[in-house]
Parts: sequence; C-alpha cells; structure tokens
Amino acid sequence: MIEARGLSKRFQDKKRGEIRAVDNVSFTCQPGKIYGLLGANGAGKTTTLRMLATILEPTDGTATVFGYDVVEQPEKVRANVGFLSTATALYPRLTSQEMVEYFGRLNGLDENTLKRRVDDIFNRLDMNEFRDRRCDKLSTGMKQKTSIARTLVHDPPVMIFDEPTNGLDIMTARTITAFIRECRDNGKTVIFSTHIMSEVEKLCDTIGIIQSGKLLTEGSLPQLREKYAERDLEEIFVKVVAPLYAASETH
Amino acid sequence: MSLRNIGIVYRKELTEALRDRRTLISTILVPLFLFPVLSVGFGALAVTLVGKAKEEIPKVMLRGGEDSPAVVEGLKKLDKIEIVPATPGWKDQIINKEIRAAVEIPAGFQSDVAQEKSDTVKIYNYQGELKSEFASEKVEKYLKDYRDKVVKERLAAKNLPETVLRPFDVKQENVAPPEKVSGAAFGGIIGYMVILLCMSGAMYPAMDLTAGEKERGTMETILSSPISRMHLVLGKFFLVLTAALGTAALSVLSMGVSFSVLAHYTAQSAGGRAAASGLLLKLGPKTVISVFLMALPVAVLFSATLMTIALFAKTYKEAQSYLTPMTFVVIIPAVAAMLPGVELTPELSLIPILNVSLLCKELVAGTYHWNFIAIIFTSTCVYAAAALFLAIKMFQRESVLFRS
Repeated sequence: MIEARGLSKRFQDKKRGEIRAVDNVSFTCQPGKIYGLLGANGAGKTTTLRMLATILEPTDGTATVFGYDVVEQPEKVRANVGFLSTATALYPRLTSQEMVEYFGRLNGLDENTLKRRVDDIFNRLDMNEFRDRRCDKLSTGMKQKTSIARTLVHDPPVMIFDEPTNGLDIMTARTITAFIRECRDNGKTVIFSTHIMSEVEKLCDTIGIIQSGKLLTEGSLPQLREKYAERDLEEIFVKVVAPLYAASETH
Repeated sequence: MSLRNIGIVYRKELTEALRDRRTLISTILVPLFLFPVLSVGFGALAVTLVGKAKEEIPKVMLRGGEDSPAVVEGLKKLDKIEIVPATPGWKDQIINKEIRAAVEIPAGFQSDVAQEKSDTVKIYNYQGELKSEFASEKVEKYLKDYRDKVVKERLAAKNLPETVLRPFDVKQENVAPPEKVSGAAFGGIIGYMVILLCMSGAMYPAMDLTAGEKERGTMETILSSPISRMHLVLGKFFLVLTAALGTAALSVLSMGVSFSVLAHYTAQSAGGRAAASGLLLKLGPKTVISVFLMALPVAVLFSATLMTIALFAKTYKEAQSYLTPMTFVVIIPAVAAMLPGVELTPELSLIPILNVSLLCKELVAGTYHWNFIAIIFTSTCVYAAAALFLAIKMFQRESVLFRS
C-alpha cells in the first residue's frame, strides 16, 4: 500500500529560478493492483517515484509506503520496496550472483536465508547459466534479469518501477512487463511510470496522468474513457494534458 | 552505527577494486616499482656516469708556455689528461666539447716566478659540465702544488719555518650520527614521496567510488537499498583509505628495499662509493614505522577530501579535472618542506601536509621531537575528522548526489 499526500518537490535552478518538479500530488496504490503514472518527459514521474523510494526527500507533503513514512523512516521504507528503473545499473565488476547477494545483505538477510533466496530466484528466472559471469559481460536481457533478481531478493511487498522498459528491445521489455504482472498476482503493491500508452492499457488497474508536476486526472481505463468520451488512451492523454502543455511551452 | 553494514559495503568495494586494473596499477604497481626505478635506477646511473666521466681522458689545450719548459713538462706528465697543442678557435672547441679545457701560461712565466714577480695562469672551462670541470680541477691541482713547492723553496732559502705562512690549522669535524647527515639531505624526499603516493593511491578509488558510480548509473541502485547514507559513505571511505595506506605502506617497503640494494651496489663499485655516499640512507624499522604512523591521519585527510570533491562530479572525467589541481595543492607544501633551511616551528606544525613533510625529514634523520609529533599528529587528525564529516554531509545532499 502506498499513500501519497500533497507530495511536492521544488528545485532551485540558477537560470529558471524555482522549479516545481512535483506539485501537491496525492494518490493511493492498493496491494495486488498496478498503478500507472503516465506522463511526458519531464512531467515529474521520476521525481515522484524517487520520493516514494526515499532517494529524494519531499519539500512538502509526505507519503507512507507499507505503513512507513518516507520522511520519518526512510530506511524502513527502502527495506520494503523493490526499486527498478533503466537508470538503476549493475556493478560492472561484480558477478550476477554477487550483485544479488550484495543487495540481499544490505537488506539484512542472514547468510542461510540469502543462499536459499538467491538459489530460488536464480532457478525461477532461469539465470544459472550466467550466475558467475561479471555484469559488464552480460547481455541486455541478462542484465535486466539480474536487476529483477536484485529487486526481489528481499521479497518486498511494494514494487516501484521507473520507466522500466525505456530503451529496451521488445523481447527484453516483455520480460519486464511479465514480471510486473507477476508482482501484482503475488499481491504486491505496484506503481510504475511510463510514457508508452500501450503498456498502460495492458497493465494498469489505475492510471494517473501527470504533467508539469501536477496529477491531472486519475481512474481506471474504463472510467477515463467515460469521463473524457474518448476510446483511445492517447486521445484521452492529449485532452488532459493539452492546456497545461501549451502553457508550459509558451512559458 | 552498524559495523555490519559498513563491512558489507567495504567488502563489496574491495572485491570490485581488486578486479579493476586501473586501481591495481595506481595502488600496487606504481609504488612497488617507482622507488626501485627511481633510487636504484637513478643511483646506479649516477654512479656509472660519474665513474665514466672520471675515466675519460680529457683533452686540455696548452696555450703559451714556450719559455716555461719545466711547467709544460709537468703538465704533460699529468695522469689522465692529454695535453694538445694550441690551435685557433679554442674557445669554440671547448664549447663544442672537442676539448674539455684550455690552460694559458703567460709569457716569461718561469723566469717571472724565479724573479718573484706575480703572474696569473688562466684555465678556461665549460662551467657546469662535469668532464670539463674534472679536467680543469686536475690542471689547477697541479698548478697549486707547483705554487706550494715554490713557496716552500722560498721559505727554505730565507731560513724561515713553514709556520710563517700557516700559523694554525682550522678543521671541521662531524659529530652527528651518520643517518642524520644523509637524512638532512634526503629525508625530505622520503616524506614527499610517501605523501604524494598516499594521495595518488587514494585518488583513483575516490573517483571510482563516487563520480564513477554516478557515471555507471549504480548510484541510484545503491541509494534505493535500505543502507543508510552514512554507512554507505563510511564503507566507501574505508576502501579509499585502504588504498591510500596500502600505497604508502608498499612505497615505504619498496623504498627500504631499494635503498639497501643501492647501498649494496655502490659498496661493490669502488668508483661509485665516494660519489654515492651522500645518497646512502640507513632506514631502520623504527623510522619506517614512525613515518607510516604519521602518514595515517594524512591518508584519512586525503581520502575524505578527495571523495568529497569527486562526489560533485557527474563523470569520471569531470572528477579527474577537479582532482588534478589537487595534486599541486599537495605537492607545493611537500616540496616546500624539502627546501634547505625550512625547519619545524610551532606555526609551521599547524599547516597540513607541510608539517608532516617536515616531520618526516626529522624522523628519517633520527630526531624525535615529541612535542612536535604530538601537535602534528593531533592537528592532522582534526583536519582529517573535519574532512570526513564533510564527506558524510555531502553524501546526504541531493543537490550533490543528483547534480544535473
């Protein structure tokens, strides 16, 4: 369960002055459901998810993740979150297995549990063939599997995916979307961000559209279709975002 | 504070560092081979060159002296120089090193001497050129011996004792222990080398573990794990410190070995013994340990400072451009300590790097000023603690971690 309440993040920029990357965003994600954050580049998706993962601290507002406050108990939050993005790379000089073990230990697993967990994940994701290969020698698909194993090693109840398929080929991207579905089916709370409409249509139980740091609308796909009287998600997105987008362009 | 977490980070960073060629080169290979190459290589080269220069028979041109056959005869009999007859353009010949020196005997020199008239014999040489100076030294020595002989003859002729010209003698005698004499000359270099290698050992890991992590995109990965940022920075810091100290330890070790090898080598070659005696340094285990102990807080200071600065950079290259000027910040005080006449004072003992450099000079010379040791150790520890505190603070700043 994730609950964001008035989550805001402001940056100081030398040229442009104060930037509201995320502006008073509130939403709720339920266990066993996928929440999709849809937005253009620079809309505030990454900043929002980074605040949920406690990598960034909110300037205003807060959020609770699995009952823990992101400002008050960031380390507890991180222990219950699996965070995956195309920016979360692997350590090139560690092997696939060492990488997963390192994060298991950082999550406080004892050696016995760790070994069992790692063996289980490597079997399940069919990774035994390259478990002792260094991460810089892995193919993109193997790297993604290792990243997935890394987020799963401590079996977190909450999963946060920041544009997880960005820049991946179709086959690797499918591994990721399959994994996201599996997380939902296992009862985890899942939030993920993307700018790809088809992913949202296929995966999300709830869709939130974000632009210029503001959460503009929220609902399931059928609800949004009804509300905006459009069938196609892309058309809905354009209808929602257009006024703000024009404003930000002239700005 | 969880030592377990710091240990986990440290072990992982160590695994990665040991698999990284660049780290291995800068922390292990360079200190291990720099000293043997520098000291033994240079030392042996110097000994050989000096020896060779002495062995060569230099040509010295004789100008004038037709009416002074005895002097000319004496010069020609001199060992290890070859007297060649006068030709025009002799100055150019010296400059072009075709001949090494020229000696000019004034007309009527011998009869002038006999009549007790004063004359000047001129020796022309190429100053600063080793072989030329050797040649003119030999000629000068011969002429001075000749002059002494004349003086003695004159005194004898007038029935005067030699003490008329030498009422008393003045003599210098060294009472400092032998290691002090060599330490004064070369102690500065040791401190300088240890400090510089400490820095170069820490530099690469400091960049790799901060800016390198940002560049490879693993910073976000590690920040999403439950480890606190303080444990993370401490784990990384201890790895950088290990590299700095490892480099310092290896350099002191290889320095000790190099110097003893050099001592052995020069003891064998007769010609080299005299030339290299100034280079010889006796480094006991006590000296080595005290130099290493003083390097400890310096290593902490370097590791924390380098990490803090490198953390600002987004890429490895950017970090390099920030840290390269740092090398000069370190070299200048370290070199200042090597200047002759710069000695420890209470004020200087508070200047970081310079103080340790000066102290190393003393330690190598076998002097232990305990009050200075205490001041320097404490002040360096204070600077080091401040630098480490700053590094931890920087790791908690989003604007530094996610600079865009």
